[in-house]
Amino acid sequence: MGEVRIGVYICHCGKNIGGVINPSRVAEFASKLPNVVVARDYMYMCSSPGQMLIEEDIKRHNLNRVIVAACSPRMHEPTFQGVLKKAGLNPWLLEMVNIREHVTWVHEDVPDKAEEKAKELVYAAVMRAQHLYEITIHRLPVVKSALVIGGGIAGIRAALDLANAGIKVYLVEKKQSIGGKMAQLDKTFPTLDCSKCILTPLMVDVARHPNITIYAYSEVVDVSGSAGDFKVKVRLKPTYVDWSKCTGCGYCTERCPARAPREFDEGLGTRKAIYFDFPQAVPRRPVIDPKYCLWFTKGICRACEKLCPVGAIDFNQKDRYIELNVGAIIVATGYELYDMTKLREYGYGKYKNVITGLQLERLSDADGPTKGKIVRLSDGKEPETVAIVLCAGSRDEKHVRYCCRFGCAAAIKHIYYVKHSVPEAKVFVLYTDIRAFGKGYEEFYQRLRGMDDVYFIRGRPAEIFEAKDGSLIFDVFDSNTGQLLSIKADLVVLESAVVPPKDWESLRRMLKISCDPGGFALELHPKLRPFETTADGIFLAGAIQGPKDIPDTVAHAAAAAAAAIGFLSKGEVESTPYLAVVNEDLCSGCGLCASVCPFDAIEIKEEGGRRIAKVNVIRCKGCGACAATCPSGAMQQNYFTDTQIVSEVSALAGGAK
Amino acid sequence: MDFKKSDVEKMKDNSIDVAFINGGIRLSEHEEMVRLLRRKSKVVVAFGSCAHLGGIPGLANLYSTSELITYAFREAPTVVNPDGVTPTASYKAPEGELELPRILKYVKPLDDVIDVDYYIPGCAPTPNIIKKALDDILSGNLPPKGTVFGSSRALCDECELNKTKPEKILLKDLKRVHQVKLDLSKCYLAQGVLCLGPVTRGGCGALCIKGGMPCTGCFGPLDNVKDFGARALSFIASIIDYDDEKLAERIIEEYLPDPAGWFYRYSLPRSLVKGRYSGGGK
Ligand SMILES: Cc1cc2nc3c(=O)[nH]c(=O)nc-3n(C[C@H](O)[C@H](O)[C@H](O)COP(=O)(O)OP(=O)(O)OC[C@H]3O[C@@H](n4cnc5c(N)ncnc54)[C@H](O)[C@@H]3O)c2cc1C
Repeated sequence: MGEVRIGVYICHCGKNIGGVINPSRVAEFASKLPNVVVARDYMYMCSSPGQMLIEEDIKRHNLNRVIVAACSPRMHEPTFQGVLKKAGLNPWLLEMVNIREHVTWVHEDVPDKAEEKAKELVYAAVMRAQHLYEITIHRLPVVKSALVIGGGIAGIRAALDLANAGIKVYLVEKKQSIGGKMAQLDKTFPTLDCSKCILTPLMVDVARHPNITIYAYSEVVDVSGSAGDFKVKVRLKPTYVDWSKCTGCGYCTERCPARAPREFDEGLGTRKAIYFDFPQAVPRRPVIDPKYCLWFTKGICRACEKLCPVGAIDFNQKDRYIELNVGAIIVATGYELYDMTKLREYGYGKYKNVITGLQLERLSDADGPTKGKIVRLSDGKEPETVAIVLCAGSRDEKHVRYCCRFGCAAAIKHIYYVKHSVPEAKVFVLYTDIRAFGKGYEEFYQRLRGMDDVYFIRGRPAEIFEAKDGSLIFDVFDSNTGQLLSIKADLVVLESAVVPPKDWESLRRMLKISCDPGGFALELHPKLRPFETTADGIFLAGAIQGPKDIPDTVAHAAAAAAAAIGFLSKGEVESTPYLAVVNEDLCSGCGLCASVCPFDAIEIKEEGGRRIAKVNVIRCKGCGACAATCPSGAMQQNYFTDTQIVSEVSALAGGAK
Repeated sequence: MDFKKSDVEKMKDNSIDVAFINGGIRLSEHEEMVRLLRRKSKVVVAFGSCAHLGGIPGLANLYSTSELITYAFREAPTVVNPDGVTPTASYKAPEGELELPRILKYVKPLDDVIDVDYYIPGCAPTPNIIKKALDDILSGNLPPKGTVFGSSRALCDECELNKTKPEKILLKDLKRVHQVKLDLSKCYLAQGVLCLGPVTRGGCGALCIKGGMPCTGCFGPLDNVKDFGARALSFIASIIDYDDEKLAERIIEEYLPDPAGWFYRYSLPRSLVKGRYSGGGK
């Protein structure tokens, strides 16, 4: 940029600075430093006359570096960058010196030394400013479409919000139908409205929405590109039914002779080998399960094929792959229950009458294996006594440390299920604490706790044993009364701990986002940015960020959608000014920068027989880890190059000249 | 003392075309000699790690002169010196006063004492680099002053094993070279052996690596790097992947018992710290 011409501006900040040191002496000192063309002091540099002063100087004196010694750059760096911009200079030719927080506010009692320090800091800034250079901000257009991964209530809500804002949405769900866990619930606390009744209309809205394309029975297998322009590869698993021909009439599922355990009923009921997840499935298109289909297992039958009125059955279907190009991604893959067989002492999986809360939901549901009757699984009899165990695996160092956040409310709801189905049944609730924090939850809790024959016991069961008749016997120490109780129950319900889905880890790696100690997706900030991630353009909705009940899930999903809409409607993404920049001539391709980059923004590419580090300008967040690591000094960070830092530090070490 | 010295003194200034000077500056005599050579030579080339960076003898800068003398003349296990005699700079002999060269407080690289035109790095310099330097000088095809002959990139650039590096190197396990059976076809660093290839100027052709030893850094830092050891330390620290501080401390104690010797093996006198600080400046 040719000759360096620096203007230095010392602010009085009223008495904040001017009351302690003499700014005009500092300006006088600065005026003699190398390449300083003009140095002034002014009462309020940030005021419009102050800003004007700088702007006019830039033009009159042809300045190409500006130093403002005033308050913290956190306060007014953008203000003065704006001044440079207005005067036609690149904003990164500004250097701020903090002589308020770093000098006058902290050294009020030693004004002479304070002034000396102000001079030294200005000197260091002048030396650093010699090496400032223009920084280009890269701008890339944003593809105005979004991918939502996971079609539970979180994914549904996010997809609808995005689509209603005019954004094209692709919704990828790994199961046959969208709906998630909420579809499996009978009723929802605390109002006890029927879960499907409030969910299925939304599912239908999703299916009908012109801006939403559902890819059910599919999974994301590769993610590349970056914020604003992701390339996503999706695998459409073979359903063996041509969904484009199928009308969803359901003949095939009625006539299929092969039976399999029904996942939707948590393994309790059965389904056919060709099936919908549940009657209200969206999309209403069946899939064939080759593990149970007689054609795949024994080479016989093909009844579905013969019956299908539109000839949609296709036994030769293979994996198909599609490529999506989206600007933003919303991750809404929800949660799974912790494997209850790991709690050996409770005998889940061994004793028939020990079930999970989600299985109880299925028993209570009219579409469930017992058509809504709660029974002992061993003999189908109505239970006289039911024990509900809270925190099964949760808040337990041996299993899952965190709270599942909906187990308490679900347990209270489950009291209702039992009393509704078998009014004379006795219910024991074994709890550690009752956390009824949501709106209306406390009232709900008080109502159910006050019912006849409902007993709250503060303690966890010791080992559970099975009696000959299939009922379950265990001791529990009630820490409220200090008594050891022996309980015999016909049914034990475990309100299970909650974990991220099994296949989440591989998806998380594809998305290159971090996780918390429990394995859930890590938000950008636990309080202020709970639905964003460290990767721009990737947002979190629902229980994948941590266990959530439905109201919280929906709020979270709507917030994620709003953030995504904001991101997409900006039209372009900008790189950070503090970008890592490789001097490709010096790079040896040793790859250590890529090893330490927390944003996976660096790739080592082969080029002309050499390995060279390449920075993705959108992924890079300017943290500087690579520049600090680079052993050959080839990686530099804009605005913080080695030369800039060293000249500043050397100036400080040498003292004010 | 040295009859050659007077011969050189008699030469006209700038009458030697090129002087290759090896060794670091340890004694007052070295200072005298190199100043003389500088006066008489058109081009001065620092030859080898000691002249270039201070070299292995530069690690003596971690000790004071009296510690060094006491150890070398009294305490070292191979010394027999019942009278505890130690050298002094001057001695009154019957024949008159004898003078010995003085030992300097610090070992210095050549360019701390005289102006140096070029550097041939290496301990020892490799034949290809010496040949390249000679070719350039003899053909008059001189590179810019201050050039260090060798590559302008780190060793990884020319190392065959670089392409075997995994996408991310994060070390869970450090190993000293005698504690592991190295797979000679895979990047040593990725195997937990602290190879200094990434921080070291290339040009040697990765000879040590080909011989089954990790790079120890004799070609010194790259042009953009001020302090070899600090850079080496910071890259190693960045890729060490221990969550547990205590464990990290133990592993480092066990596998990196001499960090100064490892990271500054050839370059302590050329580092920012230069040696042990004993108060009171140089
Ligand atoms: C027994 C029980 C009772 C409950 N009762 C209530 C209640 O009464 N009221 C209430 O508010 N809350 C209740 N909850 C909590 C409720 O289930 C959750 O709040 C809600 O399901 C969270 O929604 P989600 O969309 O985040 O996750 P999910 O419902 O888990 O949905 C995630 C979806 O993503 C899909 N998916 C997962 N991984 C992938 C992938 N890799 N690719 C594509 N798709 C994927 C899944 O198949 C699923 O469809 C209860 C929970 C339990 C266990």
